[in-house]
Amino acid sequence: MSDHANSKSSPLKTYFAVWIALLFGTWLTYRVAQIDLARWHANAPIALIIATTKALLVALFFMHLKGASEKLLKLVVISTIFFLFILMALSMADYATRLWS
Amino acid sequence: MSMATATVQPVERENYLNKHYGVGSWLFTTDHKRIALLYLLSITFFFFIGGFFALLIRLELLTPAGDLVQADTYNKLFTQHGQVMVFFFLIPSIPAVLGNFLVPMMVGAKDLAFPKINLLSWYLYIIAGIMMLHCMLTGGVDTGWTFYTPFSTAFSNTKVIEAGLSIFVAGFSSILTGLNFVVTIHRMRAPGMTWGRLPLFIWAHYATSIIQILGTPVIAITLVLVVAERALHLGIFDPKLGGDPLLFQHLFWFYSHPAVYIMILPSMGVVTEIIACFSRKRIFGYSFVALSSIAIAVFGFLVWAHHMFVAGISVYAALIFSILSYAVAVPSAVKVFNWTATLYKGSIHYDAPMLYAFGFVGLFTMGGLTGLFLAALGVDMHVHDTYFVIAHFHYIMVGGALMGYLGGMHFWWPKISGKLYPEGWARLAALIVFLGFNLTFFPQFILGYLGMPRRYYQYPPEFQILNVLSTAGATVLAVGYLLPMIYFLWSMRYGKPAPDNPWRAAGLEWKTPSPPPTFNFEQEPVVTWEAYNYDEIDAAAAPQEVPVVG
Amino acid sequence: MSDSQAAVQPHEGLHNPGLLHHFVTEEQQRDASNLGMWIFLGTEVMFFGGLFCAYLIYRIKYFNDFAAASTSIDAALGGTNTAVLICSSLTVVLAIWAAQTARRKLMLGMLILTMLFGLAFLGIKGMEYKDKFDEHHVPGASFSFEHKEIPSRPGQYANPQHAQIFFALYFIMTGLHALHMVVGLGIFTWLLVMAWKGYFTPHYHTPLEIGGLYWHFVDIIWIYLFPLLYLIDRHR
Repeated sequence: MSDHANSKSSPLKTYFAVWIALLFGTWLTYRVAQIDLARWHANAPIALIIATTKALLVALFFMHLKGASEKLLKLVVISTIFFLFILMALSMADYATRLWS
Repeated sequence: MSMATATVQPVERENYLNKHYGVGSWLFTTDHKRIALLYLLSITFFFFIGGFFALLIRLELLTPAGDLVQADTYNKLFTQHGQVMVFFFLIPSIPAVLGNFLVPMMVGAKDLAFPKINLLSWYLYIIAGIMMLHCMLTGGVDTGWTFYTPFSTAFSNTKVIEAGLSIFVAGFSSILTGLNFVVTIHRMRAPGMTWGRLPLFIWAHYATSIIQILGTPVIAITLVLVVAERALHLGIFDPKLGGDPLLFQHLFWFYSHPAVYIMILPSMGVVTEIIACFSRKRIFGYSFVALSSIAIAVFGFLVWAHHMFVAGISVYAALIFSILSYAVAVPSAVKVFNWTATLYKGSIHYDAPMLYAFGFVGLFTMGGLTGLFLAALGVDMHVHDTYFVIAHFHYIMVGGALMGYLGGMHFWWPKISGKLYPEGWARLAALIVFLGFNLTFFPQFILGYLGMPRRYYQYPPEFQILNVLSTAGATVLAVGYLLPMIYFLWSMRYGKPAPDNPWRAAGLEWKTPSPPPTFNFEQEPVVTWEAYNYDEIDAAAAPQEVPVVG
Repeated sequence: MSDSQAAVQPHEGLHNPGLLHHFVTEEQQRDASNLGMWIFLGTEVMFFGGLFCAYLIYRIKYFNDFAAASTSIDAALGGTNTAVLICSSLTVVLAIWAAQTARRKLMLGMLILTMLFGLAFLGIKGMEYKDKFDEHHVPGASFSFEHKEIPSRPGQYANPQHAQIFFALYFIMTGLHALHMVVGLGIFTWLLVMAWKGYFTPHYHTPLEIGGLYWHFVDIIWIYLFPLLYLIDRHR
């Protein structure tokens, strides 16, 4: 990708910032897990939101998805996640409704 | 007048076949065209194996009693027929043979994006094939090609692990082929070859590749789980240990339903090319046909549990999957309409490829419509696991995909081999295949409707006449399949040399010599014309009738 | 994809071990490799995805038993491993930056550091597996999970059969991940050798980039595995 022209000096700042954010996110996940949010069923969703944020940081900045000139790579990522979501959602449609009748 | 011998060529032009000689030059090639031929030999070999099992099945079913083989043996026969035909013949067939050969040429490239990975793909296929052969020779598998748990994981006494691992390896062969095609189509199109000028064969293979890439890994991991469960006595799919057998089925069918679109989409691509050429017309509704391929790939992932209607899934989920299954039929129907509209007012030529294309359109339509019968919950309760289902999928896979494959092999044979096949024999073979096919499988619709279950080796005597008709048809079909193998081989030695473009067809592959040189194009082509420009081609042609062969 | 007769210097191949004959330009080759690796990672997402789907279904079905089983694996070790992988992803991007800016020593150092982090990850994982083996939590003939309390229901015990499903998925998912780490180490060994021999320049370091993509992907899988497996119910 002819995108290396994009700042040779500031990628370092971005990389270190992302690194700190990732470590913070890890600590946060661990800490929140120790708080009882079972009443709102919130423990798992929060953990997954933090994990997804971390994954996005890695994908966008470390894997250079953000700077990608074409939309194609983003399309690959989104399609994959979409079909994984379909696998889980439609399977759950079965499991969640088995006891209804 | 002079020595009227068949083929005296003063100096044989260098092409991909004669560039290097020796086994090593074939086994270590990275030329996509040679790899396509390696695949051609391998899948034909496995077609014989799968066909052999089919022969034994049909022989057993000549009589109502189970008197040819034992019940356990019969289970192995239908299992292995299915596994070999699906994983070692149908899924690779068109993509690995015609796709590998043509995709780079059709987009104007010298080779696929990753030639070494292409070769790796073939080696993985061969390794998987050897594993499967070994498995079959040392005990076989009897679980059905569908490997349902907990029979496959906890009760079967056959070589489930080896078969599962074999298919795991074959899956990666398929994934790598798909990956190669997608990158090639995106990154290696020649200048001027825009998406809207691509042959629809390419669109079809692109859609197929998406399915291969996204779906195959799921069956791979499912087989890993089956192997682990069987080896370590885990309880992931075993109800006695808290597991759910339906979880296996969800994971299995998530791939295996889209897999049937892997088997049919390339065939549809072939048929589109043939119909355009032999009607001398641009395909009607190019964008609709192109996008319908993508739509089939996407929708195909949304319908898998229609294989599980009677397995115990929730009826609400069944409703959702039933509706989605109706939706997935729409893009296929769009294609049939477009093919028909292309034929209208076209200048039709009845060469062998076109006969196969006609056969495809009719038989695929029947197979597809009977799929809709099965998608209706009420009907499916009645005909699930009967011969109705078997007839349905054989209409699509044999009447559809296999005829498309044969049509494609005839259409591109001059390009691949540099020789012309004998047209008279080819038309006869096409007719025999068509008649034999219908005689084999139409009675099975009736049998299923009357209630004959699938995977049974004995049946009530009143079903015998239909079974006998079916077996008779299978014999005729076998003759129809043997004929092309014979005359293709014959043509390699005695066939007339083929001109560059015997069909006066559109497409970059026809602008190369027959057979092509190793790097396809002397100079990188620059495309300035639309796809299927048959009006221009015919206007520029000599006053003789097209096509030139006969 | 624009130009046709892009300037392909005849001697390009000599300077650049990269340009393969079937590509027209280096940019085309680099873009193809990049796209190829991203698509491969897509297949890996679906590969692991099947396991995540199975995990999702059983976690909901047997939540309490899964919670009990999850409490018995070491979240501190898991968290440490997460940090280790995050650091290794940093060293990977630094190695690539070093290649881009012709800092040979830094590039080599970062590659070696990445591999050390990878080995550390595997070492910690090995310790965890050994603990599980000692406690008879490895699924199979000697599996035992008796009298383990459900975290949210003191006095109630987890169903060992359901707990065994948790451990089966735990070992398969983390084991498959560890296998990918091992492959990653193999890839980076090869990259290190190529880097040492001077194959990478600011102009050409595509293998580093695509090797890096693979490594980051393995990191991302762990980012999800950690909270899902280790942190089901830790608030007691």
